[in-house]
Amino acid sequence: MAVSWEDRAIVLSVRTHGEHDAIVTVFGADQGRSSGMVKGGASRRLRSQLQAGNLLKVWWRARLEDQLGTMTCEPLQAIAGMALDNPLALAGVSALCAMIDVCLPERESHRALFDRTLEALTEFSANGDGAHYARWEVDLLRELGFGLDLSVCAVTGSDADLVYVSPKTGRAVSRQGAGTYADRLLVLPSFLRSGGQATPDDVRAALRLTGHFLDGHAFAAQGRHAPAARARFVDLLKS
Amino acid sequence: MAGAEIEALIRQLSRLPGLGPRSARRIALALIKRRDSLLDPLARALTAAAEAVKVCKVCGNFDSQSPCTICTDAKRDRATICVVEDVADIWALERTAAYRGLYHVTGGLLSPLDGVGPGDLRIDDLTRRVREGGVKEAILALSATVEGQTTAHYIADRLKDTGITVSGLAHGVPVGGQLDCLDDGTISAALKARRAV
Repeated sequence: MAVSWEDRAIVLSVRTHGEHDAIVTVFGADQGRSSGMVKGGASRRLRSQLQAGNLLKVWWRARLEDQLGTMTCEPLQAIAGMALDNPLALAGVSALCAMIDVCLPERESHRALFDRTLEALTEFSANGDGAHYARWEVDLLRELGFGLDLSVCAVTGSDADLVYVSPKTGRAVSRQGAGTYADRLLVLPSFLRSGGQATPDDVRAALRLTGHFLDGHAFAAQGRHAPAARARFVDLLKS
Repeated sequence: MAGAEIEALIRQLSRLPGLGPRSARRIALALIKRRDSLLDPLARALTAAAEAVKVCKVCGNFDSQSPCTICTDAKRDRATICVVEDVADIWALERTAAYRGLYHVTGGLLSPLDGVGPGDLRIDDLTRRVREGGVKEAILALSATVEGQTTAHYIADRLKDTGITVSGLAHGVPVGGQLDCLDDGTISAALKARRAV
């Protein structure tokens, strides 16, 4: 008995297989990160759909559940096309897709993260605002089980003037609570707690913060490094 | 079934793009049947190409001389370099006869997933060519994909401090294209790049 499912999914990566086909990895709303062979995926007609970041309707089918399976797809939203002429937006879309590809286990549903990812991709591809990406990484950490606690100060218990995060516990620390340890703590940009506008410096600080925990928990645990696409995005923010 | 030489011929033909073992067998049979008109001329052409064709040390094009005929053509506009991914793109642009400048082949696109970084492409050679002087514009004719445009933005970034104009090909409605047949990405790119008429 063949197994099959259909789902809305974001394209994460595409590898050409042979001359005409492609092995596509997607992030499905209900199915999580899944791969499948798309017949004719390297063709001119399908190549424009199979761009990282695009939202598709996907039908997956295999004889046995643990097989690679074949996918057919139809475009729902061409998110990558919106970002093509904005270097920062394009690098962010690539980084976001690469991060999901590296961090999430296969075939495990992450519905809340899917909704957040689609929202971040849509906003980010339209305006290239790095703050959307940084907030998404905080949500990714939460989904992976390493959520930051930015509600109150770990030292004083107060919710006022929270400007640091402990690199060990991921809990917020107020300026008063940091005392002489301030230089050992990670900077917490205010937009991560209260929303609002973020300067380029704020976004860089936020990515240093999330990068520290992602390196320690998501990548080091698997013996991996952060994907090159994220490094490229961070480099672009510096320039 | 057939002799070792014929099997070897079929095996080599089946490695070519677009050919499988079945079509390779048909081609091998056609070649053998028309030895004088097909097989011998093809064998001579293959030997000549293998001996003569080299990679142009300036632009990365394939030609029987290095620098290639495009790079040494005095009638070409030497102030413009068109950056392409592959030699096939040079051939496509040459077919249009709409471009009379020089070329530079990157030899691929940035692809972190496949481990292709800037060091694997001929981007340093391009910046060196531009810095040697005489170039006023670089046209980035790379594919309208995430990888193609990531590479284009990277090259534009590398050429920023050289002071030359860096342009890219327009993305949008193809000649003869109907809107209801186009994908959403192409339509949104065309809308973004709209111009006064």
